[in-house]
Amino acid sequence: MSLSRRDFVKLCTGTVAGFGISQMYNPAVLHALEKAAPNVLWLQGQGCTGCSVSILNSVNPKIADVLLKVINLGYQPTIMAGEGEVAFKHLYKVAKEKKGQFILLVEGAVPLAEAGRYCVIGEVEGHEYTMAETTAELGSMAAAVVSLGTCAAYGGIPASKGSVTGAMSVKGFFDKYGIKTPVVNVPGCPPHPDWMIGSLVFAIENGLEATVKVLDSVGRPTPFYGKNIHDNCPYLKYFDAGTMSPTFTKKDGCRYDLGCKGPSTNSDCPTRKWNGGVNWCVENSVCIGCVEPDFPDGKSPFYVAG
Amino acid sequence: MSGCAPKAAAGAHGEKIHIAIDPVTRIEGHLKAEVTVENGKVVDAKVTGGMFRGFENILTGRDPRDAAQITQRICGVCPTAHSTASCRALDDAFKVKLTTNGRITRNLILGANYLQSHILHFYHLAALDYVDAAAVVGKVAPFAPKYDKPDLRLPPAINKAAVGQYVDALEMRRICHEMVALFGGKMPHVSGQVVGGTTEIPTKEKIEAYKTRFLQVKKFIEETYVPTVYLVGSVYKDLLTQGVGYKNCIAFGVFPQDDDNKTYLLKPGVYIEGKDMPMDAAKIKEYVKYSWYDDSCTGLHPSKGKTKTDVSKPGAYSFVKSPRYMDKPVEAGPAARMWIENPELSPVGKKQLKDLFGLTAVKFRDLKDLAFSIMGRHVARAEEAYMVAQAIDKWLTKVTPGAETFVPCEIPMEAEGLGLTEAARGALLHYIQIKDKKVANYQIVAATIWNCNPRDDMGQRGPVEQALIGVLVPDVNNPVNVARTIRAFDP
Repeated sequence: MSLSRRDFVKLCTGTVAGFGISQMYNPAVLHALEKAAPNVLWLQGQGCTGCSVSILNSVNPKIADVLLKVINLGYQPTIMAGEGEVAFKHLYKVAKEKKGQFILLVEGAVPLAEAGRYCVIGEVEGHEYTMAETTAELGSMAAAVVSLGTCAAYGGIPASKGSVTGAMSVKGFFDKYGIKTPVVNVPGCPPHPDWMIGSLVFAIENGLEATVKVLDSVGRPTPFYGKNIHDNCPYLKYFDAGTMSPTFTKKDGCRYDLGCKGPSTNSDCPTRKWNGGVNWCVENSVCIGCVEPDFPDGKSPFYVAG
Repeated sequence: MSGCAPKAAAGAHGEKIHIAIDPVTRIEGHLKAEVTVENGKVVDAKVTGGMFRGFENILTGRDPRDAAQITQRICGVCPTAHSTASCRALDDAFKVKLTTNGRITRNLILGANYLQSHILHFYHLAALDYVDAAAVVGKVAPFAPKYDKPDLRLPPAINKAAVGQYVDALEMRRICHEMVALFGGKMPHVSGQVVGGTTEIPTKEKIEAYKTRFLQVKKFIEETYVPTVYLVGSVYKDLLTQGVGYKNCIAFGVFPQDDDNKTYLLKPGVYIEGKDMPMDAAKIKEYVKYSWYDDSCTGLHPSKGKTKTDVSKPGAYSFVKSPRYMDKPVEAGPAARMWIENPELSPVGKKQLKDLFGLTAVKFRDLKDLAFSIMGRHVARAEEAYMVAQAIDKWLTKVTPGAETFVPCEIPMEAEGLGLTEAARGALLHYIQIKDKKVANYQIVAATIWNCNPRDDMGQRGPVEQALIGVLVPDVNNPVNVARTIRAFDP
């Protein structure tokens, strides 16, 4: 089975209904393989490693194929063999050798308070590198940055009310310091593996310009974040009929009264579902709006309607 | 047989050599290790947690129920444990008793993630310390670069099989996450655990879907993971006597077996200086003399705990506080739980201990001092995975399709609650104080806080720091045993 470039773009932009991206991406990944695997470097700032763990859940393509065939992942703190100076020097070596050609993935927020000391990510010959320093240096050298997860995309929980660390999104940090590298946001707490791999493959397959064109006003690829959860929810019929679930375990009703944030949240969770399609938040409980720029402060209290 | 046995030991003739490893990779979060090596051995160690987000401050003023969502974001590997601890703290504060089905469903959610976490830890976080993946797939990222002499000793056939298992294990841990999501909604970060129980009543179809996946994972644990840990251990026998530490243990108890929380699959307890004692959470204090917090935060029980940072404090070297039990450093995790519970070992474990190590062992404590070592901690984790899998098998016969899992409850005006459980990587405490229906104080003592803490106010090293003392570093350019020791704790 092969997939033409045009078919692929159509599928990614969601004009063909009825398929999950998982099922559609494999031919595209194979197509992307015909090109040299791009260099990808993955930094972790103020985060929980949940984005790294989520991407391991990719069903199709399998994560082993992504790692060995689709991308050349020169730095990834959770899975890489190396450590310490060996690893951190390699990170900078690849960035310098592939300046302007590599993709920088960032997981976690970038804290700026106290000269960035709230997140130190490596040390070489006695110099401690803060997340801010490395994000600025490598971000300036990258062809593009993909902010994985809501912390990197919008600040997320590390930047929420009560924080003292001056945590920022990558885009906010770049704007503050005049770094012009394009940023693609792939939010979610964590993002679905398809959103991460799909966005990467889309960029590899179609190039940066085409990728920037499919971003919405908050920097997200519309193939994955272009639809409102509530408007596409399988329980919308209950909302329209005024039938509300009175409690979590009563499933024959709309979850709005329980605090569901589907009406103010945009992603394809209702059709894609999670973890091989076995479930998703609204089927199980309520949406807490984790892909949105105002998560968590604008979405909490999570269990109060509105 | 060691691949790193230089002619002259590192730091010989009383010379002290300082090594810093930052980042310590293949863990959750940001960790730096500094060791001083003399005569080829570690004589001093410091472990630094280099990242702070401030969950305790962020939670203050919020709706108490949100804590079970927000605290999951502390750790993307063990969010189910944080959700369990948070829900238990809320259950306590809201004075709600779970239904039997609610309790069992929570066990099925947390249990599936235990299996996920243990498989991920051995194969994807720790194994590259023992397995030469580059010899099979080539010197490509993320399997290269490494130290020049990484001391990888598996015979080629076993090594090749282990790399195959690395790939199979990726599938197994993914399937475990599907099990979590069937009742938990999604993973990482479940939607399905709330104060009062779980949000979705298991149906016959979902129980069957869980069981089908579970049987594959159970087979992998019994036939592949457990025997491989012993096999790898038999090639690295010297690692059964390194990474010893204090041999003090703490466990809070996990997987309640009755609705009154009287009995647990793995019981609570404390073991200090050779003595067993009951666990009493009132005897916990956190110290911050060497942590980047204001000194007013030191020596406090978590219920009085404060989180006020001071990143320029002289002498401080970590964002991790130093929790102590009766002022003693204690290790948390599978070795601590298994030591305290002391269950019978798996049939394959007993056989391989005899065949490969010449050891007659029936129960976990028959491993004696070997339990407190780099390989001992891997064995404890594998044996625990076996034990949890047997338990899930039983819970699947007890979960009732269609029976209620949730008890509605109101936010109290004023209350406090303590939530104790065990993350896959160790003892986990959440404490909540509620005033005017909002969070007034929230304190968390997580597993890695127990293990990877700095010195306390009395000058005692943290458990991982202590475990590093005596570790062999024959070649300072290849300090492989330092990170092996740290990773065995699964930080």
